[in-house]
Amino acid sequence: MIRYTLGRLLSLIISLVIASLVIFSVIEVIPGDPASFMLGINAREDTLAALRSEMGLDQPLVVRYFDWVIGLLQGDFGNSWTYKTPVSELISDRIWVSLPLAIYALILSTLIAFPAGILAASRRGGASDVTIMGATQMGVAIPNFWFAMIMVLIFAIHLRWFSAGGFPGWSNPLQGIKSLTLPAISLALPQAAILARIMRSSLLDMLSEDFIRTARAKGLTRGQALWRHAVRNALIPVLTIIGLQFSFLLAGGIIIEQIFFLPGLGRLIFQAISARDLIVVESVVMLLVFTVIIVNFAVDIAYAAVDPRLRIKA
Amino acid sequence: MKPGLIIGSFLSIIFIGLAFFSFIWIPYDIEALEISNKLKKPNFNHWLGTDHFGRDIFSMIMMGARTSIAVALLAVGIGVVIGVPLGLFSAARRGSFIDEVIMRGNDLIFAFPSLVIAILITAVFGPSAVNAIVAIGIFNIPVFARLTRAAALPLWERDFILSARVCGKSEARISIEHILPNITNLMIVQGTIQFSLGILAEASLSYIGLGAQPPTASWGRMLADAQTLVSIAPHVALVPGLAILLMVLGLNLMGDGLRDLFDPRIKGDRT
Amino acid sequence: MSLLNVKNLSLSIGSFQILHDVSIDVLPGEIVAITGESGSGKSLTALAVMGLLPYGSVMKGSIWLEEKNILTTSEHDLCSMRGRAMGMVFQEPMTALNPVKTIGNQVAETIIIHERVTKFEANKRAADMLQRVGLTVDPSRYPHELSGGQRQRVVIAMAIALRPKLLIADEPTTALDVTTQARILELLKDLVADFDMGLLIITHDLAVVAEIADKIVVMQNGCIVEAAKTQELLHNIRHPYTKALFNASTHRVILPKYIPSSPLLSVESVARTYNLPRKSVFGSRPKFQALDGVSFHISQGERVGLVGESGCGKSTLTRAILGLEEVQRGQIMLDGQSVFSQKKPNLEVRRKMQVVFQDPYGSFNPRHRVDRLIAEPLHVLENTPIGKDRDLAISKALEDVGLSAVDSKKYIHEFSGGQRQRIAIARALIIEPELIIFDEAVSALDVSVRAQVLDLIADLCRKRPLAYLFISHDLSVVRTVTDRVMVMQLGQIIEQGQTEQVFSNPQHTYTQSLIAAAPTLPEVTYAIETV
Repeated sequence: MIRYTLGRLLSLIISLVIASLVIFSVIEVIPGDPASFMLGINAREDTLAALRSEMGLDQPLVVRYFDWVIGLLQGDFGNSWTYKTPVSELISDRIWVSLPLAIYALILSTLIAFPAGILAASRRGGASDVTIMGATQMGVAIPNFWFAMIMVLIFAIHLRWFSAGGFPGWSNPLQGIKSLTLPAISLALPQAAILARIMRSSLLDMLSEDFIRTARAKGLTRGQALWRHAVRNALIPVLTIIGLQFSFLLAGGIIIEQIFFLPGLGRLIFQAISARDLIVVESVVMLLVFTVIIVNFAVDIAYAAVDPRLRIKA
Repeated sequence: MKPGLIIGSFLSIIFIGLAFFSFIWIPYDIEALEISNKLKKPNFNHWLGTDHFGRDIFSMIMMGARTSIAVALLAVGIGVVIGVPLGLFSAARRGSFIDEVIMRGNDLIFAFPSLVIAILITAVFGPSAVNAIVAIGIFNIPVFARLTRAAALPLWERDFILSARVCGKSEARISIEHILPNITNLMIVQGTIQFSLGILAEASLSYIGLGAQPPTASWGRMLADAQTLVSIAPHVALVPGLAILLMVLGLNLMGDGLRDLFDPRIKGDRT
Repeated sequence: MSLLNVKNLSLSIGSFQILHDVSIDVLPGEIVAITGESGSGKSLTALAVMGLLPYGSVMKGSIWLEEKNILTTSEHDLCSMRGRAMGMVFQEPMTALNPVKTIGNQVAETIIIHERVTKFEANKRAADMLQRVGLTVDPSRYPHELSGGQRQRVVIAMAIALRPKLLIADEPTTALDVTTQARILELLKDLVADFDMGLLIITHDLAVVAEIADKIVVMQNGCIVEAAKTQELLHNIRHPYTKALFNASTHRVILPKYIPSSPLLSVESVARTYNLPRKSVFGSRPKFQALDGVSFHISQGERVGLVGESGCGKSTLTRAILGLEEVQRGQIMLDGQSVFSQKKPNLEVRRKMQVVFQDPYGSFNPRHRVDRLIAEPLHVLENTPIGKDRDLAISKALEDVGLSAVDSKKYIHEFSGGQRQRIAIARALIIEPELIIFDEAVSALDVSVRAQVLDLIADLCRKRPLAYLFISHDLSVVRTVTDRVMVMQLGQIIEQGQTEQVFSNPQHTYTQSLIAAAPTLPEVTYAIETV
């Protein structure tokens, strides 16, 4: 178990290093002179020079990279050129919208997908299976931003149950959660459809395994065999998908935030792109990638908890 | 034949047909604005109504199908052309250092949220259909590489591969002669699925303005334009969304149907 | 009164009628064996008794377990009978256990499902039962940490935890080595006597049947062709099918006499170690010595056997000889040339050596036609025949193995298992190799088909001098088709010599135990045939 964890940890660090290199080169190397890229062709020479020294462009590449990474490790993301404030402040304001949204959506997606997938698998070929599978086919095909628009049309404009957008902050947690509900549902439903399908097929794979027949020979009913023996084994592939989905939800939030006017990382990155504020773009992207890599690491560790075979093998 | 496969193929063929047909004829020129005729409900002249510039929505759907299909197909192409050989190579050298590097590289690409990378690319290179293709295509590479490797690995342990090796055939030749034909079906199925995901991804990108740029029509941007009009003229928002939904649904149903068709093995439970 | 009484059972799945009028009786304390070849319906009979048939099965007749008719019992009541009144052991111990639960938990589950007991008590009883079946490992272990024989003991413990009156065992020892098989059979016999259980054992192996069963039921194509007490049946076999089965099981081929000649294959002190995963974080990786100083020769035209149990190094040795895997020490030379030259398999050698594998289903690319499959080795030749020459070579190879030239345009799925092994031999023969490796080549075949393929091999030896290395776990087969035999254990060849000599007078204790453990068919007598 220790060895397995250490191995995963090593690969986590390597992933982070490579990810930072890729992001650094896309943002700071490929454009040639990032400063003139950011300021456009009409920039004045003195503002250009100011930005260059602000970004440390007079330094060699290697030094710049290490400065950036060391800064990141200390929580110093640099200063935004357009906002004139530290990027870390910008991010810390907005992460409290984006992260809760992603987690909210993940919880919804899992809460919907698990029972649906298990029900469909246990009633294979029956009416509930056919209904659930039909619904998930639709769910997988729906673009989430369109779904969000429809939800706004129905629940905000016609029924007036929710507001069409905006975020009142966390001073009143209930209000905060309420305003994240429509966005979270639009994010979660398509993902829940995918997850339910995978849960079902993974369970069906398990149900055809020999050990299920052994369990049945012991006197377990179909349902007992499913619960006691298939679900835990079926979780192994499902966990992978949950890990991948988190990154999808976090990133998918970028679009959904636009629709619901939520002041999250998505809005920040869009404003930064139109303002060509590369420092902000770079930091937000790195933060998102970092979160995703950490989540995948957690998933890997969760594997070992589910599957004893992983605990000794590297 | 399962009904899913028939419905799926039917839907897919309709949209692909519309896209091809748009090269020959479309009902109205979509670059001609006719503001006086704006936001018309579906009627005899404009089957699916008009948008806020008075453009014919049906014509735009036809032209948008072209963009969606082209972008998604090329993105799948990138995935297949690069991913499949990588996967074959990795499987042939399974357990080696290079295999490890390829697979870790794939994991790493998966660690980047695809949308974020698309945003990163467009932030630096500017929005365009080509950049959208590249951004979507990059994420198809690890999908195909992993799938190819996973499918090829058990084949390499099969006796018919061993006997080909005993006959002195090289790894490359075995990969092409024996492995590839045995995983083609799987690739067709996955290709269909990735195609549908590509349609969705293209729609997302053009919705946030990072896909094909005007005057090229695209379903995603039609939706973006319709967003503020959704309460006044819901059809402007409903039609492009339904087009995406039906096309993706069709491709998925077709993919699932093909999977069942190719894999007649009954995955039944015993009790 | 009988414990289990299957009466005129007929079974069909879809439009296929699988069982016809099957009747079987099992008394308490009695061992009844159902035997027959694949497709005879013996396993489905067992599943029918458990009420575990696949969906869509339609049954007629009755299955009485004491006072209950399984066919009319509700699924709910069946669940309470399974595990308590009847238990079942399956063929494949490697997959029969849930990989994510401890073995103790899995045995305790049988008890928890059926009785109101505390978890603690169930676990204690499970531990006792594991001990009763002769398992010495801790109940907190996971299945993947156990060997096949140990896992089969766990499955047995699960099946008998509540001392059911009937135990059904479906090919319980087929996946095991002979010595393990002997011990598991011993255990089953012992449990039957101790618990006064009825045991319904399903096996294709007549020697096992003869050794363990009180009563034998022979099935063919879903019908019982003969059923009698073991001794009665062995001394008075009536049905021609039973007779054919026994004949095929003891089938001996006549090999042409081997005339000592020049050496062909030489294996010199070959060694191969594998690194195992580390056990602790910083410890060095434990090593597994798969081959440890293996040396032997095969001469031109000589037929050599290689026997040993799983994990003894047979497969590694085979792969090394075939040039599929490099060895770390020693040398393998064929006709004076190294199998490996400069770290690459040597093409010169490949022209002189071919292989026939075990699995008649996995040995061929399902997407190619037979002609392309058979012609595959041709490309190692310096002048690869093309056009007419190629077709000629293909039809000759097919005819050599008893098939015809018209078969060359068919796909492999159109052939039966035995025919496929013939095609595999044709593929090996097409380049007229000096040496053929038969890697468990007849192990997956039914006895009657196996006899035919063995005859074919002997036939080929008569046509031209053919040297082969025949690798098998089945001692009786090796005994009949080889001139010389080698016995492998723990990566070493511990005994080799003339086949008859080794079998009749084994020197090494391991060889002795192998031969002693292998079940043998007693002498049988046939009833006078009535036409």
